[in-house]
Amino acid sequence: MAVNRGKPAHRGGTDPAPGGTGRVSGGLLDPRQLLRSFPDALRKLDPRVMARNPVMFVVEVGAVLTTAFAIKTPSVFAWVITVWLWLTVVFANLAEAVAEGRGKAQAETLRKTRTETVARRLADWRRGDTAPREESVPAAGLKLGDHVVVEAGQVIPGDGDVVEGIASVDESAITGESAPVIRESGGDRSAVTGGTKVLSDRIVVRITSKPGETFIDRMIALVEGASRQKTPNEIALNILLASLTIVFLIAVVTLQPFAVFAGAPQSIVVLVALVVALIPTTIGALLSAIGIAGMDRLVQRNVLAVSGRAVEAAGDVNTLLLDKTGTITLGNRQAAEFLPVQGVDLEELADAAQLSSIADETPEGRSIVVLAKERHALRARTEGELAHATFVPFTAESRMSGVDLDDPQEQRALRKGAAASVMTWVRSAGGHPLADVGGIVDGVSASGGTPLVVGEVLRQQDSSTARVLGVIHLKDVVKAGMRERFDELRRMGIRTVMITGDNPLTARAIAEEAGVDDFLAEATPEDKMALIKREQAGGKLVAMTGDGTNDAPALAQADVGVAMNTGTSAAKEAGNMVDLDSNPTKLIEIVEIGKQLLITRGALTTFSIANDVAKYFAIIPAMFARVEPGLDKLNIMKLHSPTSAIASAIIFNALIIVVLIPLALRGVRYRPSSAAALLSRNIWIYGLGGLVVPFAGIKVIDLIVQFIPGLR
Amino acid sequence: MSDTLGGWLEILALAAAVALSFRPLGDYMAHILTSRKHWRVERLVYRAGGMDGDADQIWTVYLRSVLAFSAVSVLFLYGFLRLQNHLPLALGTPQMSASQAFNTAASFVTNTNWQSYSGEAALGHLVQMTGLAVQNFLSAAVGIAVVTAFIRGFTRTRTDRVGNFWVDLTRVVVRLLLPMAFVFAIVLVAAGVIQNFHGFQDATAIAGGSQKIPGGPVASQEAIKELGTNGGGFYNANSAHPFENPTAFTNLIEIYLLLVISFCLPRTFGVMVGDKRQSWTIVAVMVLIWAASVTLITVNELHSISSTAGHDAGGMLEGKEQRLGVWASALFAASTTLTSTGAVDSAHDSYSPGGGGMTIFNMMLGEIAPGGTGSGLYGILVLAVIAVFVAGLMVGRTPEYLGKKLTGREMRFASLYILTTPALVLAGAGIAMALPGQRAAMLNSGPHGFSEVLYAFTSAANNNGSAFAGLSSNTTWYNTALGLIMLVGRLLPMVFVLALAGSLAGQRPVPVTAGTLPTHRPQFAGLLTAVVVIVVGLTYFPALALGPLAEGLR
Repeated sequence: MAVNRGKPAHRGGTDPAPGGTGRVSGGLLDPRQLLRSFPDALRKLDPRVMARNPVMFVVEVGAVLTTAFAIKTPSVFAWVITVWLWLTVVFANLAEAVAEGRGKAQAETLRKTRTETVARRLADWRRGDTAPREESVPAAGLKLGDHVVVEAGQVIPGDGDVVEGIASVDESAITGESAPVIRESGGDRSAVTGGTKVLSDRIVVRITSKPGETFIDRMIALVEGASRQKTPNEIALNILLASLTIVFLIAVVTLQPFAVFAGAPQSIVVLVALVVALIPTTIGALLSAIGIAGMDRLVQRNVLAVSGRAVEAAGDVNTLLLDKTGTITLGNRQAAEFLPVQGVDLEELADAAQLSSIADETPEGRSIVVLAKERHALRARTEGELAHATFVPFTAESRMSGVDLDDPQEQRALRKGAAASVMTWVRSAGGHPLADVGGIVDGVSASGGTPLVVGEVLRQQDSSTARVLGVIHLKDVVKAGMRERFDELRRMGIRTVMITGDNPLTARAIAEEAGVDDFLAEATPEDKMALIKREQAGGKLVAMTGDGTNDAPALAQADVGVAMNTGTSAAKEAGNMVDLDSNPTKLIEIVEIGKQLLITRGALTTFSIANDVAKYFAIIPAMFARVEPGLDKLNIMKLHSPTSAIASAIIFNALIIVVLIPLALRGVRYRPSSAAALLSRNIWIYGLGGLVVPFAGIKVIDLIVQFIPGLR
Repeated sequence: MSDTLGGWLEILALAAAVALSFRPLGDYMAHILTSRKHWRVERLVYRAGGMDGDADQIWTVYLRSVLAFSAVSVLFLYGFLRLQNHLPLALGTPQMSASQAFNTAASFVTNTNWQSYSGEAALGHLVQMTGLAVQNFLSAAVGIAVVTAFIRGFTRTRTDRVGNFWVDLTRVVVRLLLPMAFVFAIVLVAAGVIQNFHGFQDATAIAGGSQKIPGGPVASQEAIKELGTNGGGFYNANSAHPFENPTAFTNLIEIYLLLVISFCLPRTFGVMVGDKRQSWTIVAVMVLIWAASVTLITVNELHSISSTAGHDAGGMLEGKEQRLGVWASALFAASTTLTSTGAVDSAHDSYSPGGGGMTIFNMMLGEIAPGGTGSGLYGILVLAVIAVFVAGLMVGRTPEYLGKKLTGREMRFASLYILTTPALVLAGAGIAMALPGQRAAMLNSGPHGFSEVLYAFTSAANNNGSAFAGLSSNTTWYNTALGLIMLVGRLLPMVFVLALAGSLAGQRPVPVTAGTLPTHRPQFAGLLTAVVVIVVGLTYFPALALGPLAEGLR
């Protein structure tokens, strides 16, 4: 674990998402947000809204009761308690309103993109129609299956697939990424989103969503929480909280006859205060904010989840299916090593390899130059520097590239390329490649790499020598930090499976290097689907990313299917999340956010329940020490007076909600580790903290409230 | 031998005996509950009852069988008690009043064995033997049957069937309770417990007064009274009576009997779910709570002396038998209130506020350490479900226990379970305290009087059956109220347990990974103990504050 500490927030090539401040954390809470959300918090006092949250509803009913009591028999104590009970409810609403407010701000930005556009609808369009009949209709009037034409400078009126043409499109409105992307008909890059802008060329788009149900509309609804439903786990927790509330209600209601018998009947205010202090208000107040903030943290990472259920499922994932290219490895193979044949100097091979690659602009070619420079301190020479040099570009036919150096004394030709081609070239010039070349080539292949053979032909006046210098080992480069990341996942109990089109040999080598648990080589969409079903049959939850239309069934089958925004609309429809950055590595972050969401709920529940111990020690002696002086021994905080003690407990109970709002929005700190380690850590912090903190908090508040005149 | 040494030896002997039984008895119970073979005598029972011994019941059918069986048992016993004066071996006892007969029937069917009557004065031998003793066997077996169905909820996948109630019931009686009770009845007879059919005999007491004491088949009833965590005494004085519990040795045997099945059932659970490590966590929590309770009661009775008599005697000896002493009485008191037994060998009413308060708190824990036969295990497993839920969230997964997910459905049943008993205890005691007529039943005033009422309702709702004494509970109101509370406190939790079993059995198991909350480690045992103590403590703190706490802190 020590290695992981202080690691940069985004590793393994993850692009920092706009707005993201670090690994699995939300933005900071702006105090002004609290003020701005205040009116919303008051609006939520409507009992019909409150009734959805049983714990806070009980507090509101209690507040109404104490208000009535305080009006009938006014006292400073009654009013202090009444005011703070109302504040407790308002603070709870504030937490929810702040969480929603952050989403609303994002929705506002999105709405701006949904400006009213006029669509150029093509009537009865058919492929190859050169002079289609065009009519102008408002974008809102488009129907499923309509065809529209969009030209440079125009806004695409609705979600759809490009059916004709190719264009560069500015999608910054939804992704925040300013570089234009290419959208073309057919293939996996045909989907366009309404509200984005065509920068060049002309495309015909078939509309695939109804007005009001476009991607942007869904995004707005999601971030605003308009269509928010309680998630399964939230429902389960709510049941537990409701039953605890009922237990404490019974405990307090039945306390009155006992108290009457003991000669200390209690006022409504005190009984309500006791109920509110005992029921789990802290978690009750923050529960929905935690859920909204979890979705929000995904949005900040440019991931849109279709439902909160999907976010929760992400925390439960057992198996991650990761595409090799782009997720585990960089997109291209890179030179990793020069392997000279017997009798050839390593430096000589490196030099030759570099020379033959100077004009090679492919990523592989660049990587050879870079390797020669880094490993062998060979300065990269520019093309102009070499006199009489003719560069031979790579062709599919020759399968080689290189350079001919026509020095007057010596003609030197260098070639690098596929083993068979270079060997043939050397032989044709009269050379005899040494036997160990074959061995080196096979070794590289076996390790999952790609061998490039470097050959040389030297021609002096009368003689010529041809030979093979050695082999360049090209390999898939695993992104930095992936192994550690997979180790972390393993500690979290998550199995990683690499999906690749490579042959099993290559796949195995990369899988071993990257440290994934398993791989699926020469994978077809059917293989992927079968793998998901097999895992699920064993009770496992599977997460995957995908972009192509043929990924759609697997995305739909997976418990968490993250579609890339660059992908087809079919893929986006099938998945339950869309990654606007189209960065497959983000799957790991999504899992962490899902876990963090549940951990935050558990931690605050534990904290909330542990708080009750201190509140008892404040309130019970205050209620009964008058008639049973022995009970004053329970007043271990030495609170000033019975009234100040009860007021302090209630004020603490209300303030702790505000104090914890930032934590609810940000989520508790999560560092991947085993379940046992996580549990220990959270029990110590939130269990023990929940026991101790209120003792200190109530004491401090008591030191202040005892000076309120009339509170004794 | 000093009292201290004797006390320690007793505790060690008891612990050793239970520990030695853990594996063999736990394994044996697992065997009889999973075996496919029926004994011939069992087949006869099935045939006589018109039952199919090979049928597998849906949880609702299992539940219906439990409820129907209990209903028939209550009716039968009620009729028996009402008509006993017309039956042989009645020893001239009168007809029992309707409310008392209802109370007694409910009490014995629910494994509570609260006795608002005085055994030697109210009942003849026939009712004791064929009415009460039979229920002692059956009610204990029902508890084990229900927990077996619950365990099947964990072991089975994608089914709604949780076993066959009639088979579970019959096997527990035939293969477990009858043989064990038989053996230990003989041991008790050998150790001095009486077993005869004598009627009333006159005896002259030390002070010169005369007493009428009946003989009776005591040892046979005594064995199952303890073994089945029933606790209903043949005599009013229960295990304090020399005919029921003559010596320190029989005292130890009785404590062993009332603990042994409940302490061994976790092993059965571990064997049945195929992970014996799970049984260690559960039994560790039970032992921890039991040991803490024994310690607290013993220390309180030895040192926190709150009466003049106690001062002179050097310990709280009031209400304790001289032949047993403080140590053995405290050990018995802790064990009987932590199981749902409720047999007593001393008057809990006369304990120090700390010790007496602890006996109430023991029952409030829901009788889970180790609890009644079967009911103790399902009680602690439901609390484990709650603990796993909160802890599971803290490790960032949908909580799962033994490969089963705890979703809203499971939490609903678990929450209702933990809600039932506190609601009964507090509402019952609250109503009793609010009615001036019922308050008059208290023999003491102040916090101690309140403790008596609280004790009665706690004992009834948790199916313990012991009494704090000092409460005249043979009134129509108390007989009816406590009778109803015993029935609801026994059967409603069973409804939720079986519903939970059905819900769990229907699930597909989730594979265990490094991300799964481990429930076999000391960490979880500690967490479960904390959940038990904190949840119960929070629920009952105000009531305890006005009763034993107020008294103790005076």
